[in-house]
Amino acid sequence: MTLELVHSRDARAPLARVRGEPLHELPADLYVPPDALEVFLDTFEGPLDLLLYLIRKANVDILDIPMARLTEQYLVYVEAMRHRNLELAAEYLVMAAMLMEIKSRMLLPPPRQAPDEELDPRAALVRRLLEYEQMKRAAYHLDRLPQRERDFYSVEVWIEQSLVQRLPQVAALDLENAWRALLARARLRQHHKVTRDELSVREHMTLILRQLGDGAFREFGGLFEPRRGVAALVVSFLALLELAREGLLDITQAAPYAPIYVRLAGIDGAAPPRAQLADNSGPAA
Amino acid sequence: MLSLAEAKIVLETALLCSQEPLSIADLRRLFEQELGADTIRRLLDELREDWAGRGVELATLASGWRFQTRSAFQPYLDRIAPERAPRYSRAVLETLAIIAYRQPVTRGDIEEIRGVTVSPNVVRTLEARGWIDVVGHRDTPGRPALYATTNTFLNDLGLRSLQELPPLEEIAKSLELAAAAPEQPSLPDETEVDPNRPAVASAA
Repeated sequence: MTLELVHSRDARAPLARVRGEPLHELPADLYVPPDALEVFLDTFEGPLDLLLYLIRKANVDILDIPMARLTEQYLVYVEAMRHRNLELAAEYLVMAAMLMEIKSRMLLPPPRQAPDEELDPRAALVRRLLEYEQMKRAAYHLDRLPQRERDFYSVEVWIEQSLVQRLPQVAALDLENAWRALLARARLRQHHKVTRDELSVREHMTLILRQLGDGAFREFGGLFEPRRGVAALVVSFLALLELAREGLLDITQAAPYAPIYVRLAGIDGAAPPRAQLADNSGPAA
Repeated sequence: MLSLAEAKIVLETALLCSQEPLSIADLRRLFEQELGADTIRRLLDELREDWAGRGVELATLASGWRFQTRSAFQPYLDRIAPERAPRYSRAVLETLAIIAYRQPVTRGDIEEIRGVTVSPNVVRTLEARGWIDVVGHRDTPGRPALYATTNTFLNDLGLRSLQELPPLEEIAKSLELAAAAPEQPSLPDETEVDPNRPAVASAA
């Protein structure tokens, strides 16, 4: 069907042309063939939406609905809908029953008694229709409000600090300070020993490696035994430095003055990545 | 002691860097010395004027102040955006409207107005967006959840309060039918919903 609207205020001009024929009056009938409806069916949000569509389409006053015509039209839709979508039909069938009830009550003379009751059996339906239409339009207006992420963005300046995790560096000074603290502790526990243990850096390297054998982080200070005296500490420290130089150890510190941790190098454990001091000596032999 | 001009730049910097809208109380914490709320508000007004005519504006929202792009520039921004924000279905929008204008409401209230079952997905969509939440339960059988809109909803729509929602249209204001209306409790004029949700306090 080709329908061409004519925009003219001339009273004698046709309102529209249907298949080329001038149309001077709006058709009173709101019948639409069912097969043409299928396109629309899914677009209705429910029986109230469908009823509103029929009423607005027919251009009738919502406060004075022609129940017989509306019910007939409505049932045509519901029938078409039943063929396509049984699940939807339930709610639509309830409405169909309500429409038919209203229609039949309108055929009866109004009851003389019971003045409190509403005179027009359509009143409740009309109120629901008006309430729904109001919300439907409110939804439309809400959707036209500018919406964040759709119509505008909130502005946020890119702060590099928050995106790149900055890792603290372990400076040589930190190691030195840790070492001095150890020395101080060792001095407090000095014993007067006459004999001198055989101290070998290599041996202590092995001891340290053994302590770290499970791959877990150990606290730097925990690798030393101040009780054994300054000399032992020096050797242990040398052993540790030697191991670090050979790239066998990871030495990390989470923050300035935080405890320093040591573990075997080359272990991809679950521990968080930390700054590495001793990884500049290339792969371990 | 910071000069007012310097304080304004501090405010501007904080607002530009913040992910969330900042309230006056938030902004006051920026300064060591006491800066009155009135002073901050005046500086913010100045700031807003400073930014007039730019693609970015300083907006007042339910939870405070935020810099945001002007919607007039969205068509340009959309061209470089990886994907367009999806539009909400009519079911979602109508449910949102009913919650916004009639809150707090139960799922049953929404179904009564729309005449169809409210799909759980619709409610979930709105909850996931952070636009609605459960603010209590009605003291009726089943203790149904009462839904209301959130501050995020107001922020995202650029509103300071529910009173700034588009006014409801009076679709038919006439006659004997309208006169019979008071029977229905929710029909009286409820466009001015109190943002402090007094109804919730009694329901919770």
